[in-house]
Amino acid sequence: MQDFIQHIINGVSLGSIYALIALGYTMVYGILKMINFAHSDVYMVGAFAAYYFARFLGIENNPGITTLITLLVVSMVCCSLLGLAIERLAYRPLRKAPKLNILITAIGVSLFLEYSGQVVFGADPKVFPEVMKDFVLFKIGDIELKSFDITVLIVSVIAMLALEFLIFKTKIGRAMRAVSSNASVASLLGVNPDRIIAFTFIVGSSLAGVGSVLVGMKYPKIDPLMGMMIGLKAFVAAVLGGIGNVGGAVLGALIMGLSEEMVVAYLSSTYRDAFAFGILIVILIFRPAGLLGKYSVEKV
Amino acid sequence: MKFLKAPLLSLIALSALGLIFNFGLNAYFQLILLFAAVNCLMSMSLNLVNGYTGQFSLGHAGFMALGAYFSAYANTHWDLLPESVQAIEYFIYALGGGLLAAFAGLLVGLPSLRLKGDYLAIVTLGFGEIIRVALLNMDFLGGPRGYSGIPGFGSFLFSFIFASVWLVICFFTIWRVMHSTYGRSFLSVREDEIAAEAMGINTTRMKVRAFVLSSFFAGVAGSLFAHFTNFINPSSFTFLQSVNAVIMVVLGGMGSMTGSIVAAIFITALPEALRPLQDLTGVDLRMVIYSLSLILVMILRPQGLFGDLELSDMWRKYVRRSS
Repeated sequence: MQDFIQHIINGVSLGSIYALIALGYTMVYGILKMINFAHSDVYMVGAFAAYYFARFLGIENNPGITTLITLLVVSMVCCSLLGLAIERLAYRPLRKAPKLNILITAIGVSLFLEYSGQVVFGADPKVFPEVMKDFVLFKIGDIELKSFDITVLIVSVIAMLALEFLIFKTKIGRAMRAVSSNASVASLLGVNPDRIIAFTFIVGSSLAGVGSVLVGMKYPKIDPLMGMMIGLKAFVAAVLGGIGNVGGAVLGALIMGLSEEMVVAYLSSTYRDAFAFGILIVILIFRPAGLLGKYSVEKV
Repeated sequence: MKFLKAPLLSLIALSALGLIFNFGLNAYFQLILLFAAVNCLMSMSLNLVNGYTGQFSLGHAGFMALGAYFSAYANTHWDLLPESVQAIEYFIYALGGGLLAAFAGLLVGLPSLRLKGDYLAIVTLGFGEIIRVALLNMDFLGGPRGYSGIPGFGSFLFSFIFASVWLVICFFTIWRVMHSTYGRSFLSVREDEIAAEAMGINTTRMKVRAFVLSSFFAGVAGSLFAHFTNFINPSSFTFLQSVNAVIMVVLGGMGSMTGSIVAAIFITALPEALRPLQDLTGVDLRMVIYSLSLILVMILRPQGLFGDLELSDMWRKYVRRSS
């Protein structure tokens, strides 16, 4: 029983990291109706940005809250700049192109980032700076609450609440929702869809930046292909919750994190990647719109 | 027997070419040629789904893996025919590998082809990964160590003729299908699914048929790959292999058979041609160049290099007119 609760804690902590990345997928999908395959590599670049910045400042062996916040800010800024550049250079010229072309471009951008990452950063894994000390914060019976898990939870909850505020309480959030539901009508009402789309990329990518620092803290080994698997899983989480739906992405990510932890704990760790895709296929067969998604009727 | 004329002629032509290559090239170029043949099969078959039917499959390597492992297993464990007619046995196993892949294609395609565009890409991607992970965990197929000691043909000439037989079968099957009523239905699904449905075409069934035929030839390609390399392991069939096939189709032009052949040969030869560059700079720039060219082709020439024209159309359009 204690093991089980411990696994739940780990699963929630993993799930909230997935959620941060899944939110980027789901926001871009909601507004552009495209899968931004490059999102997972934006996340990778965020991790490397934090790594190099920490080495530049010489704070890689200086764990503490300030280091955490500095790295979070650096990673968020780098990721949002990269997201903006990708949107501007690769996706905007294809705004009117068929969906297939946009999808292929997204895969191309993703491969480009991965392999230029291997050229620039080197293919061998690097050790992420020590952001925080991992210690047992408090203990209930045999259940340990570690500082990493708590930090991950707190940071991701803050990020998600900020996103919630941004989308539902501010003017630009309302514009984002308007463009997402109908871009041409929104542009008639004085919203510039291109700017809103660029802004969405900035927000989504900076969430990926937050995720990258948290993952780097928890699993301190980064390499240029690190985004591949976690990106796919975050995407599965977004689809599971209903892609385009912000609350759904969080729900789906928690389910993914918990189920992965349980598979590793009680079944076999080699099958955990296959299991994620198994969930995806089952969901798409029985409920293609996802758990919280709405079915849309195609009008001619 | 008139319908056999063109395939037989091209088979003879390819065999003659193989005879020339047999004496004219060294083993290095011969191996590249054989890989080009495998890639041609991959791109032609993927072209049927991604190009003609307008769906997006990202799991082609998974089907290739099925064919390759089936062939490898069958060739090392079963002995149907005597040694003297070994080639026929290889042919049968390639057929079997193709059928296995086609069956898997049916299983994957039936539920997932009801989905639209992007989702299909993800499901096929997931399926390819599942196959790879499953192969990693199957100990009787070697697991992560791979499967070695697969019998090959021994000589380049026989390998090339064997590959040519399948290339000809693949090319003419897809060509004939695309010029029949089925082909029209595939094209109509690509052009406008709703309109196609209104014209009485069962779009899901058409997509599944295209998908099954495509995965059949991917399985055959895997089987050829297993014979040519004599060693396979799950990491030969990663996501990257699927992306490679997609790049070939996109570069050649979605919906152009000859385009995908040209692109397959080009993509196979390119890394070898870029080897001096790699020696010069000391880093592996091939995939960077690949992916950049993919993005640029999509932005500057979205229909691919050939569009949906064939080489013969290009001949008519540009060469004959000017004379």
